[in-house]
Amino acid sequence: MTHHLDGNVLAGALSEVFASDVTAARGRCAGCGQTSPIAEAMVYTDAPGLVARCAGCDQVLATLVDAGDRVILSLAGLTAVELRR
Amino acid sequence: MLSAGPTPRVDTADWELVLRDETGADHRWSWDELLALGVEDVTVDIHCVTHWSRLDMSWRGVSLDKVFEDVESEHEFVMAHSYGGYTTNIPLEDLLDGKAWIAIEADGGPLDPEHGGPARLLVPHLYFWKSAKWLRGLTMMPDNDPGFWEQYGYHLYGDPWKEERYW
Amino acid sequence: MRARPAWHVATVTETRQETPTAARLVLDVPTWPGSVAGAHLDVRLTAPDGYQASRSYSIAASAPAAPGTPGRVVLAVDEVPDGEVSPFLVHDVRVGDQLELHGPLGAFFVWRPGEDDRPVQLVGGGSGVVPLYAMAAAHGAAGDETPFRLLYSVRTPADVYFADELAALAGPSFTLDLVWTRKAPDDRPGPVGRLTRESLAALTVPADQRPRVFVCGSTGFVETVAAWLQELGHAADDIHTERFGGLT
Repeated sequence: MTHHLDGNVLAGALSEVFASDVTAARGRCAGCGQTSPIAEAMVYTDAPGLVARCAGCDQVLATLVDAGDRVILSLAGLTAVELRR
Repeated sequence: MLSAGPTPRVDTADWELVLRDETGADHRWSWDELLALGVEDVTVDIHCVTHWSRLDMSWRGVSLDKVFEDVESEHEFVMAHSYGGYTTNIPLEDLLDGKAWIAIEADGGPLDPEHGGPARLLVPHLYFWKSAKWLRGLTMMPDNDPGFWEQYGYHLYGDPWKEERYW
Repeated sequence: MRARPAWHVATVTETRQETPTAARLVLDVPTWPGSVAGAHLDVRLTAPDGYQASRSYSIAASAPAAPGTPGRVVLAVDEVPDGEVSPFLVHDVRVGDQLELHGPLGAFFVWRPGEDDRPVQLVGGGSGVVPLYAMAAAHGAAGDETPFRLLYSVRTPADVYFADELAALAGPSFTLDLVWTRKAPDDRPGPVGRLTRESLAALTVPADQRPRVFVCGSTGFVETVAAWLQELGHAADDIHTERFGGLT
């Protein structure tokens, strides 16, 4: 199978756009409603961008495309993200 | 280069291509029926969006002209669907006139699952993310709706000569 | 310590073979802010044509830069055959070479001294021991008395990462258990074979002590161990996982 990694590997790319570490944040999956740390999502990197899927139901939680001078981020599969101050 | 989830494992005995036309009617081909349309040798250059190109790569596949031969459509766009849920949008004219194939072999052997087997789209004049792996269906669309990566940042068309990578 | 991740230029000051397939790299990083045990960083390589590839590696040890002293980062990199980054780091990097780093990264799979007095169980497979070694070393350096236990599943004695360092850490508050999957040491013959649920149960802090558990290894290893831990009564929230994965 295509190997997936943990949401931990998103930390580098997300740190360029968020002030705090988002991988430690919990998010709610828009597919199954499960709430879990972004770090526990399944991340597929062998793709045109990074794809984070819910470890519970496989729903695409987030995508991140590195467009050189821009980063295009989708959090469309997360109904909410809890960020610590 | 195009996977966005677990690699689907599809046996050719279970494989099926479904082409949904603008009336919603489905045209279906089993693996053997697809091959019976005629498999041809194709040698083309491919261009990956991550800056590499591979020249003179040898493939074998079925021309999409054969697949669309008996399908009447006023719709000008196609959404390709993959086993595993991935989609990509392509104008119909980019799939016809000898410009695109359903590839079943590369470099002299069957396409393995990691490379999109048993069958993938091969649209060499567009960036390679448009050449959907694990092809299972083609749906005619009236509008150029974005596919998976096109929703998430990639270019709606993807011409490598114009470097149409991102939005 | 909450260091904001940044890009750094590192200079390789030492390379050595860590295991038959892995290298240890010691790096001078003048701008390094230090890192929490368990954190990782991204190494970015740029080819002459501009193509870039980056991969994440756990930080085995690090020290922040101080006036007059560059920061220091220690990595242990396992070669992924046909990989884009690891073969270069294992075979081609030389002392004096410069590397681009982005980090420190990750606030999830980390351990800080004094944060929690529950016991800690570490479970590592193969090169997945690297961030767990960092935690055990931080625990030792802080003189933290939280009970720590590391279960390390590894092929043969030659494949053990940080073998001397781990042996030196063993003591009243740190227990090291090794499971040999291919070959046991000649001088300490013992069972050889894959980790089982029974050996996991026997060699880890029991669930009724509510340990915080950190599991790192290949995807298959982590998923198997995490499922067994839950069957053994550990709460899902107590199990932190980090997979590394056959990424080429």
